Amino acid sequence: MHFSSLEGRTDLSCVFCGAAGLGIQTVEDLLARVIVNEGLYVFGSREYMSRVRGGSNSTEIRISSSPVDALVDRIDLLFALSAGVRENIRERITPDTVIFGDRDELKEEADELGGTFVNIPLQDIAKEVGGKIYSNSVAAGFLFGILGLGLDGAREFFEQRFADKKPEVVEKNMKAARTGFDQGEALVEKKGLLDGYTRLKEKESMILSGTDAVGLGALAGGCTFAAAYPMSPSTGVLTFLASHAEECGVAVEQVEDELAAINMAVGAAYAGGRSMVTTSGGGFALMTEGVSLAGVVESPVVIHLAQRPGPATGMATRTEQGDLLHALFSSHGEFPKAIYAPGTLESAFKITQKAFATAWSYHTPVIILTDQYFVNSFRNLSPETFEFLPELPEIEKTGPNYRRYEDTPDGVSPYGIPGWGEGIVGGDSHEHDEEGHVYEDFHLRTRMQDKRMRKLEGMKREALPPTLIGPEKYETLVICWGSTLPIVREALKNLGRADTALLAYEQVWPLHSSTEEYLRKASRTVMVEGNSTAQFARLIRCETGVALSGSVLKYSGLQFSVEEVEKRLTEFLSGKEGSR
Amino acid sequence: MDANRFDLPGADIAWCPGCGDFRILESLKKALLELGLSPLDVVVVSGIGQAAKTPHFMTSHFFNGLHGRSLSNATAIKAANPSLKVIAVGGDGDMYGEGGNHFTHTIRRNPDITNLVYNNMVYGLTKGQASPTSQIGFKTPVQVEGVSSHPFNPVASALIAGATFVARGNAGDVEQTKELIKRAMEHKGYALVDIFQPCVSFNNLNTYKWFSENTYWLEDHDEGDFEKALSLVMAEAPFPLGVLYREEGRPTFAETLLAYRENKEPLFRRKASRNAVRKIMEGMCS
Repeated sequence: MHFSSLEGRTDLSCVFCGAAGLGIQTVEDLLARVIVNEGLYVFGSREYMSRVRGGSNSTEIRISSSPVDALVDRIDLLFALSAGVRENIRERITPDTVIFGDRDELKEEADELGGTFVNIPLQDIAKEVGGKIYSNSVAAGFLFGILGLGLDGAREFFEQRFADKKPEVVEKNMKAARTGFDQGEALVEKKGLLDGYTRLKEKESMILSGTDAVGLGALAGGCTFAAAYPMSPSTGVLTFLASHAEECGVAVEQVEDELAAINMAVGAAYAGGRSMVTTSGGGFALMTEGVSLAGVVESPVVIHLAQRPGPATGMATRTEQGDLLHALFSSHGEFPKAIYAPGTLESAFKITQKAFATAWSYHTPVIILTDQYFVNSFRNLSPETFEFLPELPEIEKTGPNYRRYEDTPDGVSPYGIPGWGEGIVGGDSHEHDEEGHVYEDFHLRTRMQDKRMRKLEGMKREALPPTLIGPEKYETLVICWGSTLPIVREALKNLGRADTALLAYEQVWPLHSSTEEYLRKASRTVMVEGNSTAQFARLIRCETGVALSGSVLKYSGLQFSVEEVEKRLTEFLSGKEGSR
Repeated sequence: MDANRFDLPGADIAWCPGCGDFRILESLKKALLELGLSPLDVVVVSGIGQAAKTPHFMTSHFFNGLHGRSLSNATAIKAANPSLKVIAVGGDGDMYGEGGNHFTHTIRRNPDITNLVYNNMVYGLTKGQASPTSQIGFKTPVQVEGVSSHPFNPVASALIAGATFVARGNAGDVEQTKELIKRAMEHKGYALVDIFQPCVSFNNLNTYKWFSENTYWLEDHDEGDFEKALSLVMAEAPFPLGVLYREEGRPTFAETLLAYRENKEPLFRRKASRNAVRKIMEGMCS
């Protein structure tokens, strides 16, 4: 009776919200794993406050019988695990939302939230089992009961997670889950909400986040050196690399500041290390002098820049696409760089490898722009979806007359390193001669500047083309870059307009040469991006001379949802929303 | 001066005539020669300043990076290829001012590098402003009434931060300073050699004469005695010269990296560990 709106649907949106430190993430991890083992698809997105305990965080988990990879506003099932449900969740509650919670915890809030409230005495059940810490397992069991999933997966999960604890820990968690399960099963009268969902025979069993995809891509791309100063939301990549340092042979160091991070990366690359740093906007701002150094010494360094709202400290755990132009115009002086912005997990894996390849082909800094939404979202995929690019060529030995900055037609000088060959290897932050010694000569300066900038021509030829999704013949062209790709794609699919296509960019610098032609074919063009000044639209205008018709922007700190893009694009297309 | 394979014939040396840096360069090149090294074994890393120009005036591998950051470059170069002999050179402004944070944390990491600091207690390249080691009362075009900040004590700071080799030399004493550099290079771990160096253009207070009158070379000093070292580094003039403190056996930065626990190859010899990547992916599957 509570679930009539879900009948016939094969896409369920569950949201868990509660204070930090309650063990909600364990429930989410368990749920995702069991869903995937069932042969279904899962997508999860976390939004959280910048605090270790308390506050109110939430995770959306979409369960579907077809692939899902985008954030929606719709909440079918809401698990409100502590009082103080925040406005960003309350706004999304509709009369169709079924809310589960413990009245003892939520008190009068239980009746204020809207939707249909179902009481689960989490704390009472947990106390019977052995204490409040089991309430998340009660909730998990309850959820499994209403979804019709059984508890085998839960046992397996608890056994893995508590492998180093006493066996009774697993049993107590199972008892808690069983009690919750029975109540959930009774509520749906044993008709599990997922009963009608088609299961895959060949399940897509790898669950990973944006952080994991970038980290795996770095390892596959040949990364052997990583230095970083912890900064949300970029720290996950440092953690990932540190946890695989030994088996993958990567030197990983947490440094005193971002200046040390980038200067270590450049130093390691000078000696043949495949270097990477990971940071967010403020840390990247500190790195910019070192990025310029990488430009002039022609150092292949890969910079993962996970964006969050600025200026300054901004919103530490929130998302934005506000650092595009900062990344592009970062650092003094003129030198070539490439900027990638993966939109999906599989492309993050590939693009991170590509970033290493570009850095090592052109000996220049390469930036991978992600954001908090991207790195903290996860979904399941098959490992076969992940493409390995060719391995980087080995570094060649230097000859006795080696010159690090040999002037060449394409601007790329042979990359030699100290300790490998018979040549002297120099590197210099000043303008320098071909050996790398500081030398002030105006003709030399012009020649060396031209040599470095010639590399950009090759980088332009190798730029990733944007992906056109939708009709080849379009009236309206929607443009996006980076993490919004799956969201805008789903929104356009839902809108079903035969005259509208999406052009999604995963490399934002240098721009692919097809850009202008795509734009000129459209009678209307609209940018969807997560900042307040339409930075990518400006960049496109700067490069092609084409001014877009308008833009749909968001900079609240939260990611666009599918519904929001649908609504605002519809308004734009009907003339209600202009350029802002 | 005898011919040395570390000489760079034709180098256009930009230091002022009479600068103490010439003596340090001589000590350094002699030390490298006497250690039996080849220019292909050595990387001289520097930042910005008069001292930081050193790698452009000699033959060896070199990396001349940004102001204050040479210790970060040097640490990573050594970590990427531990078979290289890495020397970070710079002045007091470069190492103790702009690079102060890296100075502290590099010492904590204990990379197997030698850190030479040409300490002339003044900014030379920017023409005569105070440096972190300038003495109280030292007048400059900026510190018009004389320096008021307490001078930074590099040898004491290094000792407190956990440096495993702390020495002080004097540019005027080429032979003894050469010996200090040799010992610093033979030390396994981070080795600081702070070298008093007269600036003939901008420091008329701390001259060759002043340094020789205000220093003495240590004799019969127990280099492993931390307490004694502490009292020596805190002493007012005359300042002791020589190896003030030395500790053997502390693991170096590269030795602590998990990357080298099993695999001893330098980083450039390693291939992307694709099997390891596939294994991690399997671990993400159920």
